[in-house]
Amino acid sequence: MDQFTLNLLIVGATFALYIGIAIWARAGTTSEFYAAGRGVNPVMNGMATGADWMSAASFISMAGIIAFGGYDTSAYLMGWTGGYVLLAMLLAPYLRKFGKYTVPEFIGDRFYSGSARMVAVICLIVASVTYVIGQMTGVGVAFSRFLEVSNATGLYIGAGIVFLYAVLGGMKGITYTQVAQYVVLIIAYTIPAVFISLQLTGNPIPALGLFSEHTASGQPLLTTLEGLLSDLGFATYTEQHDTTLNMFLFTVSLMIGTAGLPHVIVRFFTVPTVKDARSSAGWALVFIALLYLTAPAVGAMARLNLITTFYPNGTTEAPLSLEEIQNNEALDWVRNWEKTGLLKFDDKNGDGNIAYVANGEANELTVNRDIIVLANPEIAQLPGWVIALVAAGGLAAALSTAAGLLMAIASAVSHDLIKGQLNPNISEKGELLAARIAMGVAIAVATYLGLNPPGFAAQTVALAFGLAAASIFPALMMGIFSKRINNKGAVAGMVAGLIVTIVYIFLHKGWFFIPGTNSFTDADPLLLSIKSTSFGAVGALVNFIVAYLVSNATDDVPADVQELVESIRIPRGAGSAVDH
Amino acid sequence: MSDNSNNNAYWAANMRIIKIFLVIWFICSFGFGILLRPLLSGIAVGGTDLGFWFAQQGSILVFLVLIFAYASRMNKLDREHGVDE
Repeated sequence: MDQFTLNLLIVGATFALYIGIAIWARAGTTSEFYAAGRGVNPVMNGMATGADWMSAASFISMAGIIAFGGYDTSAYLMGWTGGYVLLAMLLAPYLRKFGKYTVPEFIGDRFYSGSARMVAVICLIVASVTYVIGQMTGVGVAFSRFLEVSNATGLYIGAGIVFLYAVLGGMKGITYTQVAQYVVLIIAYTIPAVFISLQLTGNPIPALGLFSEHTASGQPLLTTLEGLLSDLGFATYTEQHDTTLNMFLFTVSLMIGTAGLPHVIVRFFTVPTVKDARSSAGWALVFIALLYLTAPAVGAMARLNLITTFYPNGTTEAPLSLEEIQNNEALDWVRNWEKTGLLKFDDKNGDGNIAYVANGEANELTVNRDIIVLANPEIAQLPGWVIALVAAGGLAAALSTAAGLLMAIASAVSHDLIKGQLNPNISEKGELLAARIAMGVAIAVATYLGLNPPGFAAQTVALAFGLAAASIFPALMMGIFSKRINNKGAVAGMVAGLIVTIVYIFLHKGWFFIPGTNSFTDADPLLLSIKSTSFGAVGALVNFIVAYLVSNATDDVPADVQELVESIRIPRGAGSAVDH
Repeated sequence: MSDNSNNNAYWAANMRIIKIFLVIWFICSFGFGILLRPLLSGIAVGGTDLGFWFAQQGSILVFLVLIFAYASRMNKLDREHGVDE
């Protein structure tokens, strides 16, 4: 059986599994369908949150970014896990006690203001749409490879499937579908990593393999990698090249963005008790950590394998010849990825070999970082079913997160904006229609912008985190931990945080992400060494300061709202979880 | 009002716990992983140094311990102050 058929079979089988579970779960009562997470044990809920959380950015993109960035990219690892500590201690238990439907609803009630709720809706939509662009980039890469089409065609097919999946299915609400997606995703991520770790170090646990001895060279794996990189003139892997300031702010931005993203927060609204809200965050991180502890190993080992593939006889000998790429069956993957346009080689000096070196003029190979995880099993010559499994895992990650985000966008538009503000008498049918239109528009915008994405999938997603960090996280924090921040302060803070951050991003990535309209680049940013992906931390600081100053200059918070704040701080008396 | 003062005491105790946990959270990620890495450069771990390990794996393990420790500490505090569900 050829690889193409195998891909279709395995991806098809996993889709059949999700749909089967959805139908099986639907056969239960309707209330079970709505109350995702209620009555589900915290471990299962943690897995489902893991699937919601780990997207194309974590699965497809992150290890590739680490492979090419080394230590500097540690911010992704710390940022996207450390946020759960903040979530567990600073937000989840109190939002659960508050016990309503959506994040804008909390902000609207706590800051006793319809405008605060509307500003929260806008912040949520901006962050979520940016996030979906990143998913589309990842989906495009995955589909282009496994259907063997160009990246753009892959993106259109992916967008169509995301549309069907999110708009027609109510699958997002079913915790068990997400549990299945988590299982597919983690198996798909771990199996190739275990094989590769065994090949390179003899250690079956990739996280340990990363710090073990490289069998072929007898030196530690990372030392071997450093040696190869320096031979070819590349920057070192384990040393710091980014500035400490940017790395620090980037990590802050990803951490507090994690705690400010609505599609994750809402999962904690529906757990049975406040107690469960705390431990659910822990279980979610357990399942996330399984992937995140493996990712740095995948990155480093993929970089090593990439180099040794192109320098089969060592870096001092001639690189891989063009003739071999065309004829050697083991190098099918190079030709297949070339079709997607995401891997390019060009024998510039006409010597018949493809050199892979740091020097831009002499280098003859370009590899899009987003293909590393998907190509990894092929580079390591693993069996065909593993390659197909990875494609299925990448799609599970992208689809589950895209569906979660689109639900968050849809509920913000239909529940908070239309029903809450514009037309409280809207019929249930009308609300549903509005929700579907909102999803459709979000997918169309994200697809269009995904054709020329502002960065690799994980970088685009990082921008979304910056936006959530600058707007939503501070408002939630102040709503819970301060009784002084009033309606005007919160609105001014969110608006200021969102605007400074989005303007900073547009100045570097182009207005509305349209290429060529940027005035600065991340290589030479406007402020000190702060890249656009890291600016969310600064935006959050602006938000806090503006909210504090404006609140101090205006009226006190009314007594009944102060009582609300008192009540959410105490677990006792939390009602049962609301139906979603 | 004893109810009120109990709630205030509960909140003050919670804030104390949060502060301690956040200090550990900060030191093990931003500290050992980024700011203090040069100080740890003498400690070798598999071809690199301890700071690299903290940045790529160690911090995540610490986060896991922190969340479960916080959850169990708070469950105890809830009971002590009679505010558990």
